[in-house]
Amino acid sequence: MADALSALTALNKEDVPLVFERSVPGARTDMLPPLDVPESLPDAALLRSEPPLLPELTEGEVSRHFSALERRAFGVNNGFYPLGSCTMKYNPKINEEMAALPGFADVHPLQPERTAQGCLAVIARLEGMLREISGMDAMSLQPAAGAHGEFTGVMMIKAYHERRGDGKRRTKMIIPDAAHGTNPASAAMNGYTVVTIPSDANGCVDVAALRAAVGADTAGLMLTNPNTLGLFDPNVAEITGIVHGEGGLCYYDGANLNAIMGITRPGDMGFDVVHLNLHKTFATPHGGGGPGGGAVGCKAFLSEYLPKPGVADNGGSLTFDNDTPLSVGKVRAFYGNFLVCVRALCYLLTLGREGVPQAASNAVLNANYLMRRLADPDEFAHNRACMHEFVLSMKKLKAETGVSALDLAKGLLDKGMHPPTMYFPLIVEEALMFEPTETESRATLDAAAEAFRALVKQARDNPDSLHTAPHAAPVRRPDEVRAARTPILRRET
Amino acid sequence: MSNYIPNPDAVQMDMLRAIGYSEMSELFADIPEALRVGPLDLPVGMSELGVRRAVSAMAASNTVFPTIFRGAGAYRHYIPAIVKTVVSKETFLTAYTPYQAEVSQGVLQAIFEYQSEICMLTGMAASNASAYDGASAAAEAAAMCRDRKRAHTLIAASLNPDTIATVETYSRAADAPVSMLPVQNGTLDIDALRGMIGADVSSVIVQSPNYYGLIEDWAAISEICHAAGAKLIAVCNPIALALYKTPGECGADIAVGEGQPLGMPLGFGGPYLGFMACVKGMTRQLPGRIAGLTVDADGRRCFVLTLQAREQHIRREKASSSICSNEALCALTATAYLAAMGPQGLRQTAEQCYAKAHYAASALAAAGFPIRHDAPFFNEFLTECPVDADKLARRLETEGMLGGLPVDGGILWCVTEMNTRDEIDRLAAACEEVRRHG
Amino acid sequence: MTFPKNLSYTKSHEWIEDLGGGAYRVGLTDYAQNALGDVVFVNLPEPGRELTPGEPFCDVESVKAVSDVYSPVTGTVSEINEVLLDSPERINQDCYASWLIKAEASAPGGDWLDADEYETFAASEQSH
Repeated sequence: MADALSALTALNKEDVPLVFERSVPGARTDMLPPLDVPESLPDAALLRSEPPLLPELTEGEVSRHFSALERRAFGVNNGFYPLGSCTMKYNPKINEEMAALPGFADVHPLQPERTAQGCLAVIARLEGMLREISGMDAMSLQPAAGAHGEFTGVMMIKAYHERRGDGKRRTKMIIPDAAHGTNPASAAMNGYTVVTIPSDANGCVDVAALRAAVGADTAGLMLTNPNTLGLFDPNVAEITGIVHGEGGLCYYDGANLNAIMGITRPGDMGFDVVHLNLHKTFATPHGGGGPGGGAVGCKAFLSEYLPKPGVADNGGSLTFDNDTPLSVGKVRAFYGNFLVCVRALCYLLTLGREGVPQAASNAVLNANYLMRRLADPDEFAHNRACMHEFVLSMKKLKAETGVSALDLAKGLLDKGMHPPTMYFPLIVEEALMFEPTETESRATLDAAAEAFRALVKQARDNPDSLHTAPHAAPVRRPDEVRAARTPILRRET
Repeated sequence: MSNYIPNPDAVQMDMLRAIGYSEMSELFADIPEALRVGPLDLPVGMSELGVRRAVSAMAASNTVFPTIFRGAGAYRHYIPAIVKTVVSKETFLTAYTPYQAEVSQGVLQAIFEYQSEICMLTGMAASNASAYDGASAAAEAAAMCRDRKRAHTLIAASLNPDTIATVETYSRAADAPVSMLPVQNGTLDIDALRGMIGADVSSVIVQSPNYYGLIEDWAAISEICHAAGAKLIAVCNPIALALYKTPGECGADIAVGEGQPLGMPLGFGGPYLGFMACVKGMTRQLPGRIAGLTVDADGRRCFVLTLQAREQHIRREKASSSICSNEALCALTATAYLAAMGPQGLRQTAEQCYAKAHYAASALAAAGFPIRHDAPFFNEFLTECPVDADKLARRLETEGMLGGLPVDGGILWCVTEMNTRDEIDRLAAACEEVRRHG
Repeated sequence: MTFPKNLSYTKSHEWIEDLGGGAYRVGLTDYAQNALGDVVFVNLPEPGRELTPGEPFCDVESVKAVSDVYSPVTGTVSEINEVLLDSPERINQDCYASWLIKAEASAPGGDWLDADEYETFAASEQSH
């Protein structure tokens, strides 16, 4: 743990030049053999007037550049990364090797299906395992990320209502105020009016408010469970029942599935459509922001609305099925982030039926352990057992010391830890949301708790030192106002 | 099996007791009994070697073609070894979105460099940090152009069909109309565009090189668009951009495309890279993450995610897109690829694609597979197919070749720098043989 | 915080200056700019846009937030303050000089407050 905690402070404080600033005119690599057919060029009138001002580097300089950038980044391999709602668990390396196999990486998406049976089998097997874990009857791996899955799933809800001649009437999507921002945005992309309902102090749905909001104009409800305060909403069956009672459908945002996989299933809670984040729950790497995987699943009565194409089994040979006239259509080219799906399949084959619930149990154990070690009960947004993540409110500390959640987060950087998610959910003032995941050791959690408690003490003893934190990171706090007022989004040429 | 849990059972029990519980199940007290699920119907977990064997066997059941003459949206180009080294770096792989700028400068700077390079290639003023893929980038671009008065998108029928389908899907979701612009001799019928463009049209989407590999006249199209108050969305191929007039030079408002040719493997269709760039005036309509340059508290250069008030986590239902996770590692791949190739290497790649495709088109014509269109093309072209397409495909497979894609009764061929003269000669010979002898 | 006496105010923190003849200027109050923090962008409407009392007609961005601005009148946008497009910081520097729009109103909205009433209202908001 000492090594992990020192990872940040060991970072190189020197500026890394832009790749363009390393460029030396005339420097080059030699990647291609000489042209072996007669030379020919497009008509001069079609050519660009200036070559792109790409950097000119030797391979050694390219290597140095990206190695220098890597030293100024922070990944799960560098240390504790309890970023709430993001499930930053360990990314197993066998999955990387398998995704890089030429038998997957070098397969053209449009080669005949009979020559790509292994790829189709990966899709079919992963779909099957995800159906079982989510309690859904059908699954598509096409969406590229969670929000893409939401967009797709809400579109399926819309298509369902339209098919029943109910589309014009059902114009509203109900979303709790504690929801991820992607939920209302995905609903709005589908033309829905978002009806925000309040959550109670535990982030759970206010059932009375839901009853009041649901009606004949309700298309559906989008819900995360466990919710964004890290609590399982025990009324979930009643909630989905209320929505179904008025003819609406229920959408499950799978961002928090890591807490409950193998313990309970969205399908059993009454949800009709789900998306699952392969890059969260199923251990595929986050890649600095992507690529992810946003598999979308549904109950049987919605399966014909899934995006095109599905995979069909024709007596042992697998094919893509484009003959689905009610499908919402294509949401992207080809079949999804396939190599991400290979990684997720490897992960599930490794964990198997025992490993899946063990991962969930330990994610929940680690979160509760860290929560109890980290803070005094009056700083909890709620005081009860949490699921895989928990939220602290720094409101009291801020009132007493002036040190905000942001200041504490920046202070954690100096302790060699990636901060938790800040200022989310919006319903908690000065929120810090911790999600340790199951792949952290007790020693790591103890060290993190100790670091956090030391910061709280520092907030009382020397608040100014936290207002200016971090001090040991590669750079100090950036001027975000300047960045947004006068955006510089590319190298000026 | 492994579950990657570092705390042995005894430690788990200690931790439980330390926080006042005696059994793991007590932590799940909020979950009603009726909702609990018994053991899942999943296979028993496997060892690493077991997984390696099982998954390798699945990979081995695919055919990896040593020679590929098929593109249609997914292209086999040379991937320099250094690119694979860079994108395998564990920190780049396992980091998430660089919300904490102070410890994410490496990721942010790489995004900034990526954005700069996309602007250089497209001739545009601003780029985002990536979209899911080229098809969804085109759909997002159409959404950028819609406003209260104009919502109608016109799509050239010469676009890649997956892109058309994706734009249609996104537009249907938004209840925004879409119409297809007809094609004449393989390229957009410009007279038809003049007739169809009206005060309700928000954007026109034109791909060049188009699905048939042909070069479209973006400059003429953009004049027509702008005269009618509509935007031009140029769908482009990043390798071709090393040679051809850029969307910026041609007056396009938004340039989007599939970035997979910039160092990403075919990977059965993903993950790929949607790139999106636009003129300065539309910067704040760009969806998704954007990195910007600023200074830190000591006045030193640094990078941050910026213009965040556009995005879903702040604007919620008023955001123009719900995109959150993007294709960051693929954008890093493109950045490393462009650094490794340099302007000279990228130009050489494009020139070789062009020359070899034109050599192949002549060879196939001589073999009795004449090219269908007479417009200029880059590295894809449609020929007639005088034989049974499936029979031809199987014959080529015996040569280790993935042939062109059957399209519109012909064959859509793709030739890149990866194809040698010998391969092209063998392809032509095999085609001729099938034509003569069946 | 200052609240000029010659202006009217809304509970959604806009100020209104009556220019006579059904013309009004609309901006953000000192309370609003202070609550927003550093304004980084103003999403102004197009001239000619219709205005409905209580409906948002533009939004104002800070680094980590976006806030709607609500119309105090029924009418149309006759002019926008284009200076703010390049210099949004002027809203922080002098919010009463930095009007957002001029409106041609067919009817003023209801529920306008005078400076004293608004000051009391703003003080009560702040204590929340």
